[in-house]
Amino acid sequence: MKWLSDDKLNRLQTIVSEPDFSSTKYTFEKELGGGGMGTVYLCEDRELNRLVAVKVLNTPDITADLRGRMIREAQIIAGLEHPGIVPVHDVGTLSDGRIFYAMKFVRGSRLDEYAAQGVSFRDRLRKFQAVCDAVAFAHAHGVIHRDLKPQNIMIGSFGEVLVLDWGVAKTLSNFQQSISTNPRLSAANQTQDGTVIGTRDYMSPEQARGEIDQIDQRTDVYSLGAVLRFLLADKATKPAKAIYLKAMSNEPVSRYASATELSADIGRLLDAEPVLAYRENAMERVSRWVGKNRFLVLLVLAYLLMRIILIFTSRT
Amino acid sequence: MSKPLIGVILGAVLGAIDGLTAWFTPAVRDQLGGIVVGSTIKGIIAGIAIGFFAKKFHSLPIGILFGVIIGAFLAFLVALMQGGYYLEIVLPGTLVGLIVGFATQKYGTSPSPANS
Repeated sequence: MKWLSDDKLNRLQTIVSEPDFSSTKYTFEKELGGGGMGTVYLCEDRELNRLVAVKVLNTPDITADLRGRMIREAQIIAGLEHPGIVPVHDVGTLSDGRIFYAMKFVRGSRLDEYAAQGVSFRDRLRKFQAVCDAVAFAHAHGVIHRDLKPQNIMIGSFGEVLVLDWGVAKTLSNFQQSISTNPRLSAANQTQDGTVIGTRDYMSPEQARGEIDQIDQRTDVYSLGAVLRFLLADKATKPAKAIYLKAMSNEPVSRYASATELSADIGRLLDAEPVLAYRENAMERVSRWVGKNRFLVLLVLAYLLMRIILIFTSRT
Repeated sequence: MSKPLIGVILGAVLGAIDGLTAWFTPAVRDQLGGIVVGSTIKGIIAGIAIGFFAKKFHSLPIGILFGVIIGAFLAFLVALMQGGYYLEIVLPGTLVGLIVGFATQKYGTSPSPANS
């Protein structure tokens, strides 16, 4: 009997677990990561000669519900044409019957990796504002992400911000018609009340309680607040802290009504203007004004200094 | 607030401060009122010129340079009329022009271009 080495055995296991892309225009390169429903692979698109990320359903023995969810996810992303949302290029079926969809392969780092790189406070806020804008766009199209977290946000090599993983996204009832008229897909859109979806540290209280019918855009606002808290960590100023605390209020009515409102408050913070979430005292107001108009203040001080020098020199 | 208005307000305030500092020069203290009025008018004229310039040309360095030239020129005329105190008048006048030039470029609104 001949024994196989561990290396050979591992290689064989990898080959067996690789999805069979032979019936498609994609060539397998490597696995990028996996989730509950599917695994994402890096593939080469042979026709267009480019790298793409291909998400493949994990279970070969698929149920109509899983297939429906996967197609629905692809349809949701495809319907959200925005620079901050990763675009879908293609949907298809592998030879073993597994559904897949191909999307843009984003080169760069995840938001948590980006935050660990010692980025400035203002750059963090700018990136976060871009996330808010992408999420606000999705909300305007009736889509709630439901799993916003640093691991689902990519910062591209040119600083572009992309929101990924819309696998558990919810379509608001008045927008469902635009996603699909297929009853099977519409059924896949329904999540049973009591089902907890999302990631614990970034999940709103209503989401954690599984109150599906209470979920709206303010649920994502809560998660955005949690992302901001993570992103700023010990760098958070008082107004910045007030912004994420308002976004993370237990009661949805106390949060920002939309991601657009949250983004606008971040914009005010970046422009050194008073933010809605924080009432500043007189000293803080003066210090903010001086910080914003530093050069003008320096010029006036230089003028006054020169005046004092002239007074003393003319006396002597 | 429009750029010329910022120029006028800042020019007037700094011009008045400029004039008030004459109190520290005993030789001209008895003419303080005239100096303050003259200095304020000089500041307003400089502010109007610099403000309208900022309304037409949007460039921080050029705006500052224009402010310096106008401030220095007007202050030089005043010093010429006084027949002395060139350093005490021209230097602060130039700096006032610089500040107004900077402020009018940085702050204030310009009318948006009309749609044809």
